[in-house]
Amino acid sequence: MTAPPNDCLARNEWICGAYLSSRRQILLDAVGQHLRLTAVSVLIGLAVAVPLAVLARRLRWSAGPVLGATTILYTIPSLAMFSLLLPLYGLSATLVVAGLVLYSLTLLVRNILAGLRAVPEETRQAARGMGYGPIRLLLTVELPLALPAAMAGLRIATVSAVSLVTVGAIVGFGGLGNLIYAGMNTYFKAQVLTASVLCVVIAVAADLLLLGVQWLITPWTRAARA
Amino acid sequence: MSTLADAWAWLTAPAHWAGDDGIGHRLLQHLVLTVVCLVISCLIALPVALVLGHLGRGGALAVNVSNVGRAVPTFAVLVLLLLTPIGTWGEGPTVVALVLFAVPPLLTNAYVGMREVDRGIVQAARGMGMTGRQMLFHVELPLSLPMVLTGVRIAAVQLVATATIAALAGGGGLGRIITAGFNLASTPMVVAGAILVAVFALIVEGLFELAERLAPVRARGSR
Repeated sequence: MTAPPNDCLARNEWICGAYLSSRRQILLDAVGQHLRLTAVSVLIGLAVAVPLAVLARRLRWSAGPVLGATTILYTIPSLAMFSLLLPLYGLSATLVVAGLVLYSLTLLVRNILAGLRAVPEETRQAARGMGYGPIRLLLTVELPLALPAAMAGLRIATVSAVSLVTVGAIVGFGGLGNLIYAGMNTYFKAQVLTASVLCVVIAVAADLLLLGVQWLITPWTRAARA
Repeated sequence: MSTLADAWAWLTAPAHWAGDDGIGHRLLQHLVLTVVCLVISCLIALPVALVLGHLGRGGALAVNVSNVGRAVPTFAVLVLLLLTPIGTWGEGPTVVALVLFAVPPLLTNAYVGMREVDRGIVQAARGMGMTGRQMLFHVELPLSLPMVLTGVRIAAVQLVATATIAALAGGGGLGRIITAGFNLASTPMVVAGAILVAVFALIVEGLFELAERLAPVRARGSR
């Protein structure tokens, strides 16, 4: 009978180098799934939120219902949200994406609308005086000026989505959440800690990345300060 | 639509309301967890935030703690706590995780509320010879109350959500109906649990909304 190995995996330590090297592929796959779920949800959320915010800005009466509906969605706890969507999508990645899209809507619509509302009336009138039509006014004046507020919302939505993906483990599509869930059931400390730390790293990296994007696409905010 | 009908049938069956796994007991667990943790979090966060806000110190900490809280997944914290020695104390990990996630919004909102009080009013109070304690309790706190209460409301909604996720890590509360439904592959049970949780969260939010409307005019946010 061979003696059991006496490495950090066998001792079930929190920090374990052998875990990183032996489970590299599993970790990479989970990170990949985590990033895909987050990116797809936030992008779809953005694609839905921009028209909703523009609508709420243009038609004054629609602002109340749009904000109210998205706030109600945001109040529903994530586990319940995923569960309510179960009859529609079954146990699939689509279910997790749909849930995350609904969550990101609140943050995105609220911030984009705040950005659009903050565009000075004089700026709008100046553009109209220069012969801008409503579409051109929206695309070349209002939306760019709303960018800083919209990007703030996008950053919060992305960071929240990274964290909420883990709850998707309940349906088996939770990225790193799957590893945490499995690690909990097998009492595997190194796996739980590694996956948790990676989640936070992804969230911080995504936040910094978006901050960099914002810096690149809003050069005028820097010029004004300099 | 038949799923909804099945979920409704599950919800209204008297057998599902009785016993330790019944809806009644889970509802009570959820309520007790939420209320107890809200009180603990307020006792921890509000004094710190009010003193920091009064002194005007530690602003970066009070504001950033909220952002950090958002980046850390609730579920990961629950499981990490479960695997530490705290995990053996029954509801211990759940309570600790709930408090950890309720403190940031309380801290940030109360601090920002205190700092947003008109500096002119604070200086007038000082000029009238008020002591620091009098300024805090008679001037700054009443004026920052709307922001403080917004923080309590966000924390309460966050607590309901976290208490639900706690079921994934073996905690009690309404989330257990959802996880049990998943384990039994019973969609009506999952949906019924989800409806209960959603309604519970909306009622909590609604109660705060109502309290805000009924509050004296002075305490309402003019912002």
